[in-house]
Amino acid sequence: MPVAVTMPALSPTMTEGTLAKWLVAEGDRVSPGDVLAEIETDKATMEVEAVDEGIVASLAVPEGAEGIEVNATILWLRGEGENADAVPAAEAPSPVAKAPPPAPAQPGREASKPKPEPAPEADYRGETVEMTVREALRDAMAEEMRRDEAVFVMGEEVAEYEGAYKVTQGLLAEFGARRVRDTPITEHGFAGLGVGAAFGGLRPVVEFMTFNFAMQAVDQIVNSAAKTFYMSGGQMGCPIVFRGPNGAASRVAAQHSQCYASWYAHVPGLIVVSPFSAADAKGLLKSAIRNPNPVIFLENEILYGQRGAVPTDPDRTVPIGRAKVLRPGKDVTIVAFSRMCAVALEAAETLAEDGIDAEVIDLRTLRPLDRDTIAASIRKTNRIVSVEEGWPVAGIGSEIAAIAMEDAFDWLDAPVVRVTGEDVPMPYAANLEALALPDAARIAAAARTVCYA
Amino acid sequence: MSRQPSKKRSAASGKRNGRAAANGVSADSGRLLGWYRDMLLIRRFEERAGQMYGMGLIGGFCHLYIGQEAVVVGIQACLGERDSVVTGYRDHGHMLAAGMEARGVMAELTGREGGYSRGKGGSMHMFSREKNFFGGHGIVAAQVPIGVGLGFSHRYRGEDGVSVVYFGDGAANQGQVYESFNLAALWELPVLFVIENNKYGMGTSVSRAAAGSALHARGSGFAIPGRLVDGMDVRSVHAAASEAVAEARSGRPAILEMETYRYRGHSMSDPAKYRTREEVNRMRRDRDPIERLRHVLESEGHADADALKAVDAEIREIVVDAAQFAEQSPEPDPSELHTDVLLEA
Repeated sequence: MPVAVTMPALSPTMTEGTLAKWLVAEGDRVSPGDVLAEIETDKATMEVEAVDEGIVASLAVPEGAEGIEVNATILWLRGEGENADAVPAAEAPSPVAKAPPPAPAQPGREASKPKPEPAPEADYRGETVEMTVREALRDAMAEEMRRDEAVFVMGEEVAEYEGAYKVTQGLLAEFGARRVRDTPITEHGFAGLGVGAAFGGLRPVVEFMTFNFAMQAVDQIVNSAAKTFYMSGGQMGCPIVFRGPNGAASRVAAQHSQCYASWYAHVPGLIVVSPFSAADAKGLLKSAIRNPNPVIFLENEILYGQRGAVPTDPDRTVPIGRAKVLRPGKDVTIVAFSRMCAVALEAAETLAEDGIDAEVIDLRTLRPLDRDTIAASIRKTNRIVSVEEGWPVAGIGSEIAAIAMEDAFDWLDAPVVRVTGEDVPMPYAANLEALALPDAARIAAAARTVCYA
Repeated sequence: MSRQPSKKRSAASGKRNGRAAANGVSADSGRLLGWYRDMLLIRRFEERAGQMYGMGLIGGFCHLYIGQEAVVVGIQACLGERDSVVTGYRDHGHMLAAGMEARGVMAELTGREGGYSRGKGGSMHMFSREKNFFGGHGIVAAQVPIGVGLGFSHRYRGEDGVSVVYFGDGAANQGQVYESFNLAALWELPVLFVIENNKYGMGTSVSRAAAGSALHARGSGFAIPGRLVDGMDVRSVHAAASEAVAEARSGRPAILEMETYRYRGHSMSDPAKYRTREEVNRMRRDRDPIERLRHVLESEGHADADALKAVDAEIREIVVDAAQFAEQSPEPDPSELHTDVLLEA
């Protein structure tokens, strides 16, 4: 009975990969542990090893094949004496037990499939190119490094490894080790070093492999970076960007799945940005690097592979502090940021089927919040739902509720409803994790609640 | 005082004395008198600050540098305009030694518009871009990676500036100090770490806080050389710092542990139960850095009584003027509450 070897999931968020290289050929005898192929994912190139013993009956996909879905058969193995002809042609995936366990399907994965996204800012008439959020972030850094010699990038694995999530791919090759610095695993130390470098006139872009690790550095971010301009009476600015993925990825449990948006948004002296689209990722990161203040730039691992049309003009930036209406509507306002924008848009489509016309707003900047855009939308729809991955208590949604009262109380026809991550540390189990995060159904239900529908 | 580094230093100062003798005593005398002046300025400034605190003119935390003057004066004498300095919360002496105006420092202590931070920072948070003084940091040891970052910026721009980072024996137990040692050594940054060991981290003696009393050896795992220096003798400090600054300038970070002592409490509200009055009095009587230098100036003929009197008078005038300025400078305008949070992009 031939055995199928399938495309493994090599990271928590991987949905497909490229078969970069075959290291075996038909007729080769393989033993457990032998390297069969090199697989390229959106983050890294990795090797696939044989789990079973056997003879390579056939290669189900050619070398260089792209977009092979997780669990698709890539190779057939047959036992000694088995007929090579018994091997079926490429077909449905075989049982998963024959390959490293793939990540189970769950809500978070939906977002990593390419989806249409809104066009860039209306006033942009220049050239655009289709690229991923990951590439857009890289291009933003590269363009700003070309523009300003004082800009440098620092963090764990940013240089030779080209980024734990490949966001800094190609930067070392173009700018060299002086401006693209691999650091030891020492968040408190290199965050403080970055602050000192910023005081000393440089413009550091400090990558945290994820914002979960920035907890080790939070004293330097808050006490040193955010407060010094004020404490020095306006003498000592700190132009620095702290960037990296924030929030839940997929199946990485409580210590690696926290949204820090409200933590940083609480702090005067910081600017907090969290883009959704590829165009905004580039335009806002460029603005962040040019900004003379400390900027917390919250990315999202699941969005890194999302594609969108991105302006190529290196002078094109997206202003900090301005929200964007992703989908105009008249019945209810849904505000979200980062990956939750995708979920909110999905909910809006569901609501449209029920005749509810939702307006979806991407907050984009969380400090300072674009109160005008939020209030103007409430004045139009008279109802608002806020959506975030983070915890409910003192969250971004709490602030949205306050703004709704302070700026648009007389226009509200229903109490504000918050859709948030559940008030628990993120569980590991796939079903529990899915339950802990907002999904389109919950957002749509909240919208119906405020519409009394 | 009698330690291996001191022997080295004695040899060095002997050589310097020989050179000074060949050129006439004036160069060396002028320098020694300058150090005396700088230390006295800190001493009188701090005494006045303590007095003003007692009068309610200064609020909050106020950590006085009295007793430790030789450390910062001896080290700053080795630095040039291109070098940068950062320290912790016991920072008034560092600011004066960096050349910042006594008026601006005192007016910051009183929380007035004329202060270096326009009244928004206070005792622990003052800065001067002009003097390359980068604070004044209130979180114990937070200045250490910042200082390494300043060294990084010198190196990045291809300048030969050195970053001097001051911290205390208490800070020496913070984890980020060792992250900083690692980064400075790994990246060959021009950083001099100065540990001001005044024997007590607030009310906890070094022996109760540090496993192993040799704080200067704490860089050994990172191959950062360290020396123990008599921080109550400005000439010892200067000799050790001259070498260490040169080392650091060439990209080899160095540690100097300054054995020193603060006469006053940790802050103004210190019950002083952790040490005896006799211990403090003995240090003042036997080790006082200003009295020691005064003795050298007189006994070696560098300055006569009139010259020293003239310095005393000059310092008194500066401090009285600073105190007056700090009392008379208005409080910041209420509109200042909301300024300086963010820079305009």
